[in-house]
Amino acid sequence: MSSSTPQYLARHWPAFAGVLVLLAAPLAITYWDQPFYLDVLMRLMILAIAASSLNLILGYGGMISLGHSVYIGIGAYAVGIPAYYDQYSGVLQLLLALGGAGIFALVTGLICLRTRGAYFIMITLAFAQMMYFTFVSIEEYGGDDGLVIYARSDFGGLFDVENSIRLYYLVAACLLLTLLLVHRIVNSHFGMVIRGAKSNEPRMRAVGFPTFRYRLACYVISGMLCGLAGWLMGNFTGFISPEMMDWTRSGELIAMVILGGSGTLLGPTIGAAVFIGMETVLAEVTVYWHLYLGLLLILVAKFGRGGLGGLWQRIRGVR
Amino acid sequence: MKLRIAVLSIVAALLALPAAAADKVKIGFVTTLTTGAAVIGKDMQDAVNLAVEDIGGKMGGLDVEVIFGDDGFKPETGKQVTDKLVKSDDVDFVAGYIWSHVLLASQKSVLGAGKFLISSNAGPSQLAGKLCNKNFFSTSWQNDQTPMAMGEVLNQRGIKKLYVMSPNYAAGKNMVAGVERTFKGEIVGKDMTKWGKDAQLDFSAELAKAGASGADAIFVFYPGKAGGAFVKQYEQAGLTGKLPLYTVFTIDSIALPKLQKAKMKAVLGSLNTQFWGPDLDTPQNHQFVSGFKKKYGRYPSFYAAQSYDSVFLIKSAVEAVGGNLADMDGMRAAMEKADFPSVRGAFRYGKNHFPIQNFYLRQVVEDGDGNWTTSVVSTVLKDHQDSYVGECKI
Amino acid sequence: MDSTLLVIQILNGLQLGVLLFLLAAGLTLVFGIMDFINLAHGSFYMVGAFFCATLTLWLDSFLLALLLTLPLTFVVGMVVELLVVRHLYQEDHLQQILATFGLILVADTLVHIIWGPEGLTFALPEILNGQVTVLPGILFPVYRILIISVGLLIAVGLYIVVTQTRVGMLIRAGASNRRMVEALGVDIRYLFTLVFGAGAVMAGLAGLMIAPITEASIGMGNEILIVAFVVIVIGGVGSIKGAFLGALLVGLIDTLGRSFLDDMLKLVLSNQAAETSAPAISAMLIYILMAAILYFRPQGLFPPKGR
Repeated sequence: MSSSTPQYLARHWPAFAGVLVLLAAPLAITYWDQPFYLDVLMRLMILAIAASSLNLILGYGGMISLGHSVYIGIGAYAVGIPAYYDQYSGVLQLLLALGGAGIFALVTGLICLRTRGAYFIMITLAFAQMMYFTFVSIEEYGGDDGLVIYARSDFGGLFDVENSIRLYYLVAACLLLTLLLVHRIVNSHFGMVIRGAKSNEPRMRAVGFPTFRYRLACYVISGMLCGLAGWLMGNFTGFISPEMMDWTRSGELIAMVILGGSGTLLGPTIGAAVFIGMETVLAEVTVYWHLYLGLLLILVAKFGRGGLGGLWQRIRGVR
Repeated sequence: MKLRIAVLSIVAALLALPAAAADKVKIGFVTTLTTGAAVIGKDMQDAVNLAVEDIGGKMGGLDVEVIFGDDGFKPETGKQVTDKLVKSDDVDFVAGYIWSHVLLASQKSVLGAGKFLISSNAGPSQLAGKLCNKNFFSTSWQNDQTPMAMGEVLNQRGIKKLYVMSPNYAAGKNMVAGVERTFKGEIVGKDMTKWGKDAQLDFSAELAKAGASGADAIFVFYPGKAGGAFVKQYEQAGLTGKLPLYTVFTIDSIALPKLQKAKMKAVLGSLNTQFWGPDLDTPQNHQFVSGFKKKYGRYPSFYAAQSYDSVFLIKSAVEAVGGNLADMDGMRAAMEKADFPSVRGAFRYGKNHFPIQNFYLRQVVEDGDGNWTTSVVSTVLKDHQDSYVGECKI
Repeated sequence: MDSTLLVIQILNGLQLGVLLFLLAAGLTLVFGIMDFINLAHGSFYMVGAFFCATLTLWLDSFLLALLLTLPLTFVVGMVVELLVVRHLYQEDHLQQILATFGLILVADTLVHIIWGPEGLTFALPEILNGQVTVLPGILFPVYRILIISVGLLIAVGLYIVVTQTRVGMLIRAGASNRRMVEALGVDIRYLFTLVFGAGAVMAGLAGLMIAPITEASIGMGNEILIVAFVVIVIGGVGSIKGAFLGALLVGLIDTLGRSFLDDMLKLVLSNQAAETSAPAISAMLIYILMAAILYFRPQGLFPPKGR
């Protein structure tokens, strides 16, 4: 635990290298005039935030949610709906995104957390589907067709995210903050209870922890973090449709988390990177790229316990 | 030292990249190449490839390169590939788009970057009205127009009570709005069913309702594979003869071979409206239909016809400016004239850049070789302009 | 309300219900006995439809195609079990979800490569294409009656197998206490392969029966799979009885909702509001039902005993 700075750096050099690459990327992209790759990286980081938020409940808390993409939708509609009424205030939109996601998580969490295992998976799916169909039915906000968002969030003169490179750094900052937050939560007293409740809830309760409340709090935090990802997504794509809340999107988030390594800090980010990387590279080569992604997922499930992150740790002999 | 040279040469090569591509016309073409709707995308892709072949791969002295993008039947994915075409491939024109919602989600990426956007199929009301843009052109129609023609046909045939079914998305809503605009009788029932990659395909509940509604006829819009599924169930539900079927964009050369294979005779003789038909008598249409049949061994669909036209529209623009692709104003002025051989014959553009064109009544028939196809019966609307042009402020 | 229409819609609901049951039965057994979450179960539904469509077009006989498709899907199911699924029983649910999500992608893409993107359709024999009088004055498609009958027959057959035979006894014992069965010296692996194959056949049967109505298309199994999951969760994971009643409940509620909800809403809402909200609310009904049931009974309606 109490390793000195150089040792710490030596042990975690890939993480630091990753941060450096992310920060320097816009320079290279501008230099070679390939703005498309800025988009790729932004999508990657936004999905990494969403996957990290899912990891908090799934990886550390053992709560497998098949409805997590609903929070991306809530966050994005928190940009789209005010924009529809010409309200572009970034503060308002951000508050709506976090508040909406938090309230939705609180209300559904009260019901979902009564169930276990497969039942939990299905009831989170049920609530996500209800939200999905609700937005499908609201004609005013485009229904199935979605909403086009004509301008990004406005923070006065403070910070202009209409410029894609600034938005990029905002996204990068949010990702780093999310990772830091997850790290702090997991290693706190609170996180210990959450992880304890994953492996043996009756014991944690017997010791005197009100595990339900702890798990609910964790569920709400996770929802709000994903709402943040949704807020960024809405700003980034400039378009929002109920499709973003579809259960296959939640399935993809789960796949990212497990692929990268559930219950590890950087696993979800690695998973998101592999997903986006394969999509960007393979989809160029063949329309059948899903075949290779599918095979990779099967192989990782079979051989790669702990996902790619775990594999990496084993290779380096670090635990 | 060697390493340094290698690195330098790589850097030099990378730096040289953007400068290399300028003497080519680059066209991005976004359509659906995966999911069940890929059958439509394939038809469009085939037509584009045929058109490029027919013009010898040249426009105004420049080579033509077409880059296809797959929208996966999803607005978000469509927007992503559009972004890639605009930003990474730096195309001069973006064309294609089957689906209205995909086009609506993607249009900002193209028009915001100051490039030309050519819709080869989708014609949402927004782009004809409020969102119309000087750099947007359609080689198809505004969604409402074809069902408006059908509404006229229903009036002529004395239909008083109508049942309406359509998928619940942008174009579906436009289709229903279109038929409601011209149909003078009463609409006794309406079902908007789930659409998208997991669209509803079993219509038993809706068909039972339609049968019991007391309607004289049923009006339907189900593009792509849903059309075939609908017609089959329509026949199985015993509605043939009881509730005559009137369709738009449902029974086309994509559905017909499958229906013929499945011996769904109910569809023979059924009526639909369209701006075009494979037997329409224009020189360009003869060349297109016979070329398509020769190369691919099947009838082209209207999607293919519009895609074929898109290439010729672009060609007319590039040739008008002598290959100077920087001359946006010159190319726009050329396209506004619609001065190219269209498969539908001569037409004009309205100020929102949607065609002002004829709409025909067509009937499903068996051709000389025993294949099922559609044949033009009569002209329903002459030189028809869409209803949203007034909202367009160019 | 029109009683003729009501009868027809109840029959339509039953038809959807038995299809859901055929899918849910395999899902709930695999889940209940092997504690295995199979997201790719819908792929067997798709494979059954494509096999049957191809064979019908080749052999020009729906009946022959049907008889050949069933053993073929059985083989496909067992091969998938041996190659992939078998190695994941010991893993936790997360690995299973990952692998079977991957299986969906593989299956959908393979079908795309083999059959192309456009899907397949085929004709029913003349005798199945017509209508039959089910009650005086009420006509209903013969083929849909056939689907209902086949589904009900299989439900009865499955019930007899599960309650009256030795295999059934092992299945029930496996669902409630797996270790006990292993302790009895039964080679549980054969049982697993067999049950998995049987589940695949039932899913394939459902797929091939729906194909002449809609068509065989890529991804056709993915959406109905989610509904089948709703069914088994409502019924209680591992319970055949629960799957059957859950399937009929979901089938009826979904169909009746689609047909009568807008008229009912028109009593309380404006016509315009009713027309726009009815499709969404009717699509939501089964999820509302599931959430409500799980709120009061977190283990579903008929949880297997001893868990």
